[in-house]
Amino acid sequence: MDTLQFWLNDRRIEVTGVNGTTTLLRYLRDHLAATGTKEGCAEGDCGACTVALLEERPGETPTYRAVNSCLLFLPMLQGKRVYTVEGLRDRSRSPDDPEGYHPAQLAMVETRGSQCGYCTPGIVMSLFEATYRDDMGADWQVDDQLCGNLCRCTGYKPIREAGEKVAGLRPDDLFKATMEQYRARDAAVDITARDGLDGMQRYIQPTSFEALWQARAENPGAVLVAGGTDLGLRVTKFREHFPVVIGLEGLAELREIERSPMGWQIGAGVSLTRVMEVVGEELPALHKMLRWFGSRQVRSRATLGGNLVNASPIGDMPPVLAALGAEIELRGSNGTRHVDIEDFFTGYRKTCLEGDEIVAVVHIPNVPRNAFCASYKVSKRRELDISAVAAGMYVELDDAGVVRHIRLAYGGMSAVAASRARRTEAALLGHSWTRENIEAAMPMVDADFLPIADHRASARYRSTVARNLLLGFWLESHRRDRDAFDAHPVGTVRPGGVA
Amino acid sequence: MKTVLGRGLPHESALRHVSGEARYVDDLPHAPGLLVGVVVGSTEPRGRITRRDRARALQVPGVHAVFFAEDIPGENNVGPVIHDEPLLAAWEVSCVGQAVAFVVADSYEAARKAAAAVEVEIEPLPALTDIHAGIAAESFIGATHVIERGEVDATLGEAPHRLSGTVDSGGQEHFYLETHAALAIPGEDRSIQVWSSTQHPSEVQTLVAAALGWGRSRVTVECPRMGGGFGGKETQAAQWACFAALGALRTGRPVKVWLDRDTDMSHTGRRHPFHSRYDVGFDDDGRILSLAADLYADGGWAADLSLAILDRGLFHMDNGYWLPNVRLRGFVVRTNRTSNTAFRGFGGPQGMVVIEHVVERVAHALGLDPLEVRRRNFYDEAPHDRTPYGQVVEDFRLHRICDELAERSDLAARRAEIEAFNASNDFRKRAIALTPVKFGISFTASFLNQAGALVLVYADGTVQLNHGGTEMGQGLYTKMLQVCSHALGAPLSDIVHQPTSTGKVPNTSATAASSGSDLNGQAVATACRLIVARMVPVAAELLGVSTEKLTLASENQGDIPTKDGKPAWAWAEGRSVTLAEVASAAYMRQIQLFAAGYYRTPDIGYDRSAGKGKPFHYFAYGASVSEVEVDGLTGEWRLRRVDIVHDAGDSLSTDIDRGQVEGAYVQGLGWLTWEELVFDDRGFLLTHSPSTYKIPAIGDIPREMQVHLLERAAQPGVIYGSKAVGEPPFMLAISAHTALSRACSAFGPGDFVPVAIPATNEALLDAVERAKALAKG
Ligand SMILES: Cc1cc2nc3c(=O)[nH]c(=O)nc-3n(C[C@H](O)[C@H](O)[C@H](O)COP(=O)(O)OP(=O)(O)OC[C@H]3O[C@@H](n4cnc5c(N)ncnc54)[C@H](O)[C@@H]3O)c2cc1C
Ligand code: FES
Ligand code: FES
Repeated sequence: MDTLQFWLNDRRIEVTGVNGTTTLLRYLRDHLAATGTKEGCAEGDCGACTVALLEERPGETPTYRAVNSCLLFLPMLQGKRVYTVEGLRDRSRSPDDPEGYHPAQLAMVETRGSQCGYCTPGIVMSLFEATYRDDMGADWQVDDQLCGNLCRCTGYKPIREAGEKVAGLRPDDLFKATMEQYRARDAAVDITARDGLDGMQRYIQPTSFEALWQARAENPGAVLVAGGTDLGLRVTKFREHFPVVIGLEGLAELREIERSPMGWQIGAGVSLTRVMEVVGEELPALHKMLRWFGSRQVRSRATLGGNLVNASPIGDMPPVLAALGAEIELRGSNGTRHVDIEDFFTGYRKTCLEGDEIVAVVHIPNVPRNAFCASYKVSKRRELDISAVAAGMYVELDDAGVVRHIRLAYGGMSAVAASRARRTEAALLGHSWTRENIEAAMPMVDADFLPIADHRASARYRSTVARNLLLGFWLESHRRDRDAFDAHPVGTVRPGGVA
Repeated sequence: MKTVLGRGLPHESALRHVSGEARYVDDLPHAPGLLVGVVVGSTEPRGRITRRDRARALQVPGVHAVFFAEDIPGENNVGPVIHDEPLLAAWEVSCVGQAVAFVVADSYEAARKAAAAVEVEIEPLPALTDIHAGIAAESFIGATHVIERGEVDATLGEAPHRLSGTVDSGGQEHFYLETHAALAIPGEDRSIQVWSSTQHPSEVQTLVAAALGWGRSRVTVECPRMGGGFGGKETQAAQWACFAALGALRTGRPVKVWLDRDTDMSHTGRRHPFHSRYDVGFDDDGRILSLAADLYADGGWAADLSLAILDRGLFHMDNGYWLPNVRLRGFVVRTNRTSNTAFRGFGGPQGMVVIEHVVERVAHALGLDPLEVRRRNFYDEAPHDRTPYGQVVEDFRLHRICDELAERSDLAARRAEIEAFNASNDFRKRAIALTPVKFGISFTASFLNQAGALVLVYADGTVQLNHGGTEMGQGLYTKMLQVCSHALGAPLSDIVHQPTSTGKVPNTSATAASSGSDLNGQAVATACRLIVARMVPVAAELLGVSTEKLTLASENQGDIPTKDGKPAWAWAEGRSVTLAEVASAAYMRQIQLFAAGYYRTPDIGYDRSAGKGKPFHYFAYGASVSEVEVDGLTGEWRLRRVDIVHDAGDSLSTDIDRGQVEGAYVQGLGWLTWEELVFDDRGFLLTHSPSTYKIPAIGDIPREMQVHLLERAAQPGVIYGSKAVGEPPFMLAISAHTALSRACSAFGPGDFVPVAIPATNEALLDAVERAKALAKG
């Protein structure tokens, strides 16, 4: 069975003879002459390729998700419905007739949101998602929705206005009806096709763990892919050829989120957008990091499992999850085991995964009332950028204000993800949570880390920021509103008026 | 009904933009047999080519041709002004990435694989991989440009106060969302049709013809529209079109060259980084008495437009300030980097940041209000009305603009609030700044200031509009439609704008220097007037009155009556005729219904060797107020509010102009803050994709951003009293940079702390720490 099928703008598309790591963007442009969707970067950083995907949500109505088609492999669409800018206008009407356009399109015309128009189809598709969202309450959400769409012409003001016009509009139209009735079809895939000049490629998307273990046993060299926001780049940017790819898209079990009295259990395959949606501000440190993680489009594909297994020293989830004291549940054909996130990362881009194990669930315990946990991210640009320095910090005080537990986990400061500032922690543990003690401990951060210099930041800047974030954490811990989300931050720390 | 001139219309392609139906070069339907091409670039910043071998590359399946320099039938050159830029390097290379070979194949994959298989050996030679190395080696392109007036050395020596220093500004990647693209389809009888994403179809035509060794008449270049240009497609589109044309000629098949983002960013030129040195003398009131400054522009390996860009840098060293004694010297530094090119402002911003830095520093040194110091130095009545190069500044509007802006932005009250905020916050500081912009309009190479149009009226009264300008998002087509509608008296819905083609209007200038609507607008209006003049007698005849009795829709600001639901074209004594009726009658009477219009800007000229003349037709003005807050722990910051008053003359299209002002401000802000180009030690760009090069994103833009177009601002001698608006507002962003430097200073005793350009978080934290160090003494 070498055929894929999905629905594009409500038309069934059958794909045969095309290799699995072909991106939707290239397929649209090269095979379907659907050139409304643009390539601006092929790496998830510009949004010109944005399309909308219908997504099921356990226990809730399905919803549209704007995603980057440049990082979406065709098999990921198996059995699903995808919408591009071409699908929004009613082509039975004259192009001059405003009735034929979607509200997201009209809003962009009314606000003068397009100049050169090249970013526009992608923006329209992000606005399309926003039109049907049922959680658009706060003003920052419009920016968040659009932070993955770069526009070089307009300066964004009219685009934001267009977003404000349509966010949460939910008109009673065909798109809404389709959305509410949506059920994904079978996601199973096993196709083999020629990957250009590189030889054959097999792409398997199992829908059960048994099938997964079997596929892995049969294809020891196969590469796994979840959302594809890391792996996709290896295809689009580094032009790697993967003889066998195993997709985790079909494993519904990996997409469950549960809340227990102990805390949260988040499936490794849950998208970060979904994490934001369900967990939200109940875990303020995580929520904040998610707002500044990639873009809406990236988060709607990126998974927790992918971020952890990628084990990048500049990944944003490891520090905050380490601060929260998360535990990782691994699953393989031999069974299940739990490891502390500390022990999960074993070296530069290395994890403790063995054999055919995958990351299955991330367990996040509740933050006790006498504790404070916060996350920080410093990058060149606030939105859609990779951290120069990231940090997750946790402190638990006893009644006397003495530090009982402390976890200071940093990203960008060493080769290993979520590195702990052990010396600094030791200097603070058992001591009073005072500014004097903090300032005395700050130089210890330099003893903990010797960061690198690269195009994101100098070593000196990283060290200074790492020290100052500790002071910032202390300052924030004294704020009454320390857990409130800072929607329009000046800096990652909110020092407030504390002198 | 009323004229559409001056109305706030949507972009003429807006509906097609939002529906994905607007086509760019890479979206044109795939021609059968389409081939694609990629280049093989040098791996060395400088060296001698010792061996080239394409045998292995030709064996890659799907490869059709591999070109070396000697395979170019015509001239091996794409240097637009000075012919110093070979399309393919033959025996020496001058920067990493410089094209040595060009591969044509039936897929990008095959082309890339073949490109990797082309063997090129280069013997490295010593290279100048940055501007400082270039300055030290006195490696310059062209003659030094000197603009001088008065007794500079003497007045510097006698001035009560004197300061000197340096200002560096970084380059900037255009990051037009649409990367470079060209498609060539061979025709019969030695002809070729080229679609190019270019601001300069005529130059693409010229260089393609030269590369093929043909006359220009055999080459037709069309630009459907661009997904952004910003100067980056003024000269640098030509090479890709030449490659496509060469490939098409050789294979007889359509050939496309489209750059992926990384190639586009690393292989095409950017804004020139500048290094500047100044020496300024001033009096107790902060009036500048004397200024000497040297500007060095990093031109990269070839001349491109660098000399003109440097010139504009010098021309904007005064900004809005009268400099009684002044000596400005400019040098283009030849380095072994990608050849830098035009970018919105064209060197003007790089000059202007120097004088704004100087004025700011002067004010701080004297403890005076920087706005007051700015105003004291403004141009004024004679003799304070002459630029360093001798042009008289007529109709100087900055006094008026600053008054209006101070009021609109509530400047005084906000300054007080900011002082209170800073007094009670240790870790955060705020600041506000107002800075002005005066920007000269015209190509400074005077002959370029000409344009043509071709207006075709069909016998049913519908119209096709052609002119030499290109559409890159700036709204030129929209404005030209408005001009055409107004001048011809034709309803907008009956005019169809044609894609820009060298087959319709020849010998055009680039759509650049903000001149697009000034020049083409005059040409369009001229063509329309010719047609109107021919149709008037016909209308008079139809209405049975003498021509003097007619009122015309053409150039009519009043109400236009309708006839059967259609706007009237001419009316008299209660009766009217439509354009369709007049056109059809004119045709029957054998009257020509199409016309070419032509325009050249009068009375301008500049003598570069003397450093004197009138390079500009007029000046555009504006000013902005920006408020920022800086975090002292990380150097992160936020733009809190922006207020702008900008002079677009009597705007042709208010929404388009407002969009230009907003977009330019934000782009300028990117240059001054987030956008950092980082190079390796071979002078090769490391930040060659949006994952590492950060242009502004939506969350960087304040919710409070007010743009006000100056009212009652008609500009004499320009199309319908309007003013050019593409570039000037770019420099409005300087107020944000000035505010950042003040906010950093506020962490210390208040002494002036300069902030790098770009003011990245890291640069800001560095400035904060310098300010704090000042406090400690
Ligand atoms: C534009 C852009 C912006 C980004 N911004 C950020 C950012 O701000 N912060 C940040 O930290 N990251 C960022 N990333 C990186 C990326 O989005 C994240 O690392 C993401 O979480 C990866 O998840 P994924 O599901 O897409 O991983 P994939 O690409 O699918 O997989 C990544 C790796 O993990 C493996 N893998 C995936 N799931 C499992 C599993 N359950 N068990 C075992 N192995 C598994 C895969 O084999 C692969 O090797 C960005 C990426 C892009 C393209
Ligand atoms: S092409 Fe830029 S995000 Fe996909
Ligand atoms: S309109 Fe040109 S990039 Fe957005």
